[in-house]
Amino acid sequence: MSSGELQGLYQQVILDHSREKHGFGLLPEGDAESHQVNPTCGDEITLQVHLAADGSVSRLAWEGQGCSISQASASLLSDLAPGVDVPGMRERIDSFRTAMRSKGQIEPDEDLLGDAVVLGGTSRYIARVKCAMLAWVALEDALLKLPARA
Amino acid sequence: MTTTPATAVASRAGRAATPAEPFTAAELEALRADFPILREQVNGHPLVYLDSGATSQKPLAVLDAERDYYLRQNSAVHRGAHTLAAEATELFEDARHAVARFVGAGDDEIVWTSNATEAINLVAYAMSNASVGRGGPAAERFALRPGDEIVVTEMEHHANLLPWQELAARTGATLRFIPLADDGTLRLDLAPDLIGERTRVVAFTHVSNVLGTINPVADLVALAHGVGALVLLDACQSAPHLALDLHALDVDFAAFSGHKMLAPTGIGVLYGRRELLNALPPFLTGGSMITTVTMDGAEYLPAPQRFEAGTQRVSQAIALGAAVGYLEAVGIDRIEAHEALLGQRLVEGLSAIDGVTVLGPAAGRERVGLASFEVAGIHSHDVGQFLDDRGIAVRVGHHCAQPLHRRFGVTASTRASAYLYNTQAEVDEFLAGVADAITFFAPPAVQAAPATGDQDARA
Ligand SMILES: Cc1ncc(COP(=O)(O)O)c(C=O)c1O
Repeated sequence: MSSGELQGLYQQVILDHSREKHGFGLLPEGDAESHQVNPTCGDEITLQVHLAADGSVSRLAWEGQGCSISQASASLLSDLAPGVDVPGMRERIDSFRTAMRSKGQIEPDEDLLGDAVVLGGTSRYIARVKCAMLAWVALEDALLKLPARA
Repeated sequence: MTTTPATAVASRAGRAATPAEPFTAAELEALRADFPILREQVNGHPLVYLDSGATSQKPLAVLDAERDYYLRQNSAVHRGAHTLAAEATELFEDARHAVARFVGAGDDEIVWTSNATEAINLVAYAMSNASVGRGGPAAERFALRPGDEIVVTEMEHHANLLPWQELAARTGATLRFIPLADDGTLRLDLAPDLIGERTRVVAFTHVSNVLGTINPVADLVALAHGVGALVLLDACQSAPHLALDLHALDVDFAAFSGHKMLAPTGIGVLYGRRELLNALPPFLTGGSMITTVTMDGAEYLPAPQRFEAGTQRVSQAIALGAAVGYLEAVGIDRIEAHEALLGQRLVEGLSAIDGVTVLGPAAGRERVGLASFEVAGIHSHDVGQFLDDRGIAVRVGHHCAQPLHRRFGVTASTRASAYLYNTQAEVDEFLAGVADAITFFAPPAVQAAPATGDQDARA
């Protein structure tokens, strides 16, 4: 059938998230929004950040189309974000990016990234790193667009 | 100088010559031995290379031609009087002659470029230059003005779309599109309304790099020439695979890339009718393309040199000459016959898999040796990744044809494209891989409901 390596890339959690996407569906109004395209394959995402009264993320909402890696990544990120404040979110995005760019050398940090560590196997497939990063880049961009707080 | 074999005219213009035989198993095996890369293992499996539509593999004869040139003749062409320079120039021009003969053109109608993209841009920018008065009265026929129209099709590669979009934006001309039917053919019935008095250029692909459709060149040329418009043919997917006779096709310009026809990267061709090339103002300017230069201006050489400014891609041109020699020795008609079989096997096999929708002509209809398809609920990246795990190389994504994909309501597809060296067994391995990928990713949608869509090849 398929090799162990392929199973490592497509872990069951990833396949499950790609089918049952958490956070899928945009809401009428977000605090900030970003649209990102992966130019090599045309995959797209629009992601909204919703903030709670204390300034932490209350939820992410997104829509888009893409491969199972990009869809699962957006879904896993939507599970991770609620309750995290903006600096904490930036820290997680940076940590995720570092692991993704490491060509399999750096294990993602489970304390920071929770279930999203299952995407670690993607970092050995250079052509797929952008798929995994798409939602995270959208979130990073959306955070930059948040109105400055008084 | 120019040779236009009668057989080539018959086979391409009328497609009625005695049908060539596909390769025997023994012939195919011998031919594959010329391509050492085909013996590579990828991810623990023998490589199955089904991405020749993107770029082809290269036979030893081509690699040797390039290396021999560097070992024995390397020097500047058209720029020196020493022995090596003379030999290099001769090889360079011999290659031009070989390519000219291969596509039914005159030697001075073949301009070297880096690739087809550059060739098409050359024409578009030269027309742009004509539009601001460069090239004098002789170039007036290339000038575009607001209200003029450029006609392309909905199936174009971005390389034959963006140069015209940009030219239209620079000149105020309007870009119009010949739409596609659901079966991946052009809506020729609509073409007479689109190609009219205001049309100055009709640019279209000979063979679609996504659909595998072969377009009716003669019909479009007749419409274009009927209103005095110029025709540019994107021959990227035809020159490597079909007998081509550009004089018989009567197109004004054509473009193709060496790397898709057994040659290295970095070499492409612009064909232009002699009298057009000599009237067209240059695009790139500099050394090697002039007769006289003063501080105020310059006079340019006739074509092809007037379009070959700067140091040329000598080794690549020589290697392209060797590549067309190889294709001729194998027999382009036989390559076409072999690939037609592979194309039908691809589309028949894919159409029989539940959840797979083939883009373009249905099984049994004319197509070249490639097929693009969508799998309901599974992204092409995932299909491609699964196949790659078995050493099967295919293209995934939009294949530089976003408007085409949008037309069929998809953002991406998976494409298997064959060439002379592919076997039926490889096609079968690929088909088994697609079926297994569906099991692996098992989208509930595929299990619950069969694929729908009016372009479904099974319809
Ligand atoms: C139909 C068609 N046109 C144009 C091109 C552009 O060729 P190149 O990238 O070699 O310039 C390609 C190949 O990608 C093609 O398939």
